[in-house]
Amino acid sequence: MALSKKTKEAFLGPLNINNPVLVQILGICSALAVTVQLKPALVMGISVTIIVAMSNVVVSLIRNSIPTRIRIIIQLVVVAALVTIVSEVLKAFAYDVAMQLSVYLGLIITNCILMGRLEAFAMTNNVLDSFMDGLGNGFGYAWILVVVACVREFFGAGSLLGYQIIPDSWYVANGGFYENCGMMLMPAMALILVGCIIWAHRAINDKESK
Amino acid sequence: MEKFYQLWKKFGKNFQEGGKLSWLSSFYDAFDTFLFTPQTTAKRVGAQIHDGSDSKRTMIIVVLALVPALLFGMFNVGYQHLLATGQLAQGLTCALWWKAFGFGFLAVLPYIIVSYAVGLGIEFIVAQIKHEEVAEGFLVTGFIIPLIVPINTPLWQVAIAVAFAVVFAKEVFGGTGYNIFNVALIARAFLFFAYPTHMTGDKAFIRTEGTWGWDGGHALVDGFTGATPLTQLATTTETNLMPADFWTAVNGLIPGSVGETCVWAIALGAVLLLVTGVASWKTMLAILVSAGCTAWLFNEFGPDTAVANYPWYLQLVTGGLLFGAVFMATDPVTSARTECGKWIYGALIGFMVIVIRVLNAGYPEGMMLAILLGNAFAPLIDWCVVRVNINKRANRKGAAL
Repeated sequence: MALSKKTKEAFLGPLNINNPVLVQILGICSALAVTVQLKPALVMGISVTIIVAMSNVVVSLIRNSIPTRIRIIIQLVVVAALVTIVSEVLKAFAYDVAMQLSVYLGLIITNCILMGRLEAFAMTNNVLDSFMDGLGNGFGYAWILVVVACVREFFGAGSLLGYQIIPDSWYVANGGFYENCGMMLMPAMALILVGCIIWAHRAINDKESK
Repeated sequence: MEKFYQLWKKFGKNFQEGGKLSWLSSFYDAFDTFLFTPQTTAKRVGAQIHDGSDSKRTMIIVVLALVPALLFGMFNVGYQHLLATGQLAQGLTCALWWKAFGFGFLAVLPYIIVSYAVGLGIEFIVAQIKHEEVAEGFLVTGFIIPLIVPINTPLWQVAIAVAFAVVFAKEVFGGTGYNIFNVALIARAFLFFAYPTHMTGDKAFIRTEGTWGWDGGHALVDGFTGATPLTQLATTTETNLMPADFWTAVNGLIPGSVGETCVWAIALGAVLLLVTGVASWKTMLAILVSAGCTAWLFNEFGPDTAVANYPWYLQLVTGGLLFGAVFMATDPVTSARTECGKWIYGALIGFMVIVIRVLNAGYPEGMMLAILLGNAFAPLIDWCVVRVNINKRANRKGAAL
C-alpha cells in the first residue's frame, strides 16, 4: 500500500520541520520535568506517542458526529480515558518508572501537543492521516526528550539508562579528578538544552531554506 | 615605539579588504585598538554628547582598579596556606612574606590564564563567525572571575563555567553590552550550582595542598578550620559567635574568595572608579546603606541566631559584599541606568544580600544571588522610573494648559 503524499507529510513533518517542541514550543513543561534520567524520558515519550496516535484515531472516527460547541469536552474525555489506561498499564508492569513520572503521567491530559493535534488535525482529517500525524508528533516529542535526557543523565550522573558509563575511578571520591555537573539535574538546564536544540535546528533549517 | 607602530601598521595591511588575511581582520583590529589609541577622536567643533574614549579605555580602568585586590588576594592565598600548615608559628618574616606571595601568585595565575584563554577564545571565534569586531567586554569579566572563585576549584570546572557564562549569558543575548546578567557572576553561579563541593564548606577557600607540587605535604595545624567567617556563622549553633573582629575583617587576612577579603584594596579600586567616573557612587552608597540598615534591623528585631546577631558594621566588611558592591553591581551594562533607578537597584541588592545571609543558611554568602536578582529587576526599575517621569511631565503640562 503506497501512502499518499499527504499521509507521509503528516508523519514526517512533525519529526523535523514542524516539530511540536522545537517549532511550536509545545509540551515544554513535561520536557523539563521528566528528562533527568533517560528511562523515564523514554517511557514518557512512548506513552505520549501512543496516546496522541490513539486519541487522534478515536476523535477522527467520531469527528462528524461531535457537536461543535462541546468538542473540547469530548476530546478531553477521549484523552483522559487513554491516559488512564496507559497509567494503569505502567503501574502494573513498570511500577518504578510510573512512580518516577508520578504526577506528570496524569498531566499528559493537559499536554498542549494533544489538544493541539486533536483540534488542528484529527477534527478535519481521515483516520489514516490522523493516526500518522499522531505518531509523527509523538515521535517528534519523544526524540527531543531522549536527546535532552541523554545529555542530562550522562553529564549529571555519569550514566545512561542507569548503567554507569564514566568509570568510578575517575571520580574525586575515588582519587580521580572528575565530578558530575549538578547543574544538569536542575530543570533550568533542561530549558537551556532545549534552547540549544532549537538553536541548532533553526540554524540548519534556515540554511536549507536559503 | 614609533618604529614598532610603523611595523604594526604595515603588518595590518594584510588584514585590510583584499589582503590575504582579510578574514582575520577583526582579530587584528582587536589587538590594534587594544595596543594603541584609536585614530578616531572627538571632533573639536560641534556639539559632542561624550568624548572619544571608547569602551576599551573604560575596561582598562576597571582592570587597573581590580589590581590591588588581586595582588592582596595573591598574598592572602599564600598567607592562609602558611597559616594552615603551621609555618607562621614564629611570625611573618621577610622570607615567609615572599614565600606567601609567591605561593599565592602561582596558585592564582592559572585561573587568570584559563579564564582569559577560554573567554577570549570564544569571543574571537564568535567575532570571526559573525564578521564583527572583537568586543572588549571580556577584559573585565576575565579578570573578575579568578577573583571570585574559591582557590581550590579545579581548573577544568572554571573553564566550563567561563564557557557557559560567555555563551549563555552573553553571546546568545547579542554580545557585549546586551547581556542581562553579569557574566562573571553567572560563571560563579554555574560553579556554585554545578559543583557545590568546591564552592562552600571548610575546604573550599584555603589551599592546603601544594601548588604545582611546591610546598605540599605539610600536616595541618591542630584545630584548623578553613571556613570563611560567614560559613562559620551559618553553620554554628551558638547565638553570638564572633568569627572575625572589625579590624581583622577590614585588613582581610581571613579565608575567602581571592579578591573579596581586604577592604583597603577594594577601597583603593573604588576610589579609582569613582574619580574616573566609571562606576556610579549612587549604586555603591545605596547598597551599603541598605545592607547596613537591613542588618541593623536583624540585629535589633531578628531571630536569635549567630548570623542575625552579627553586628551590621561587620556584615558590611565580611564576605563579598564590598567587592560585589564596588566592582559588580556597578557594571554599567547590567545595572539600572536611570539615576533614580540606581538608588532603588542598589537598595534592592543591599536588602537582599542580608536577607539571604540571615534567613537562608544554605547560602552563607548572599552577594552573588542578590546582584543577579538586582540585574533581573534593573530593566523593570528603569521602566518604572521613566514612566513616573513621563506621567509627571504630562501632568505638569496638563496643569499649564
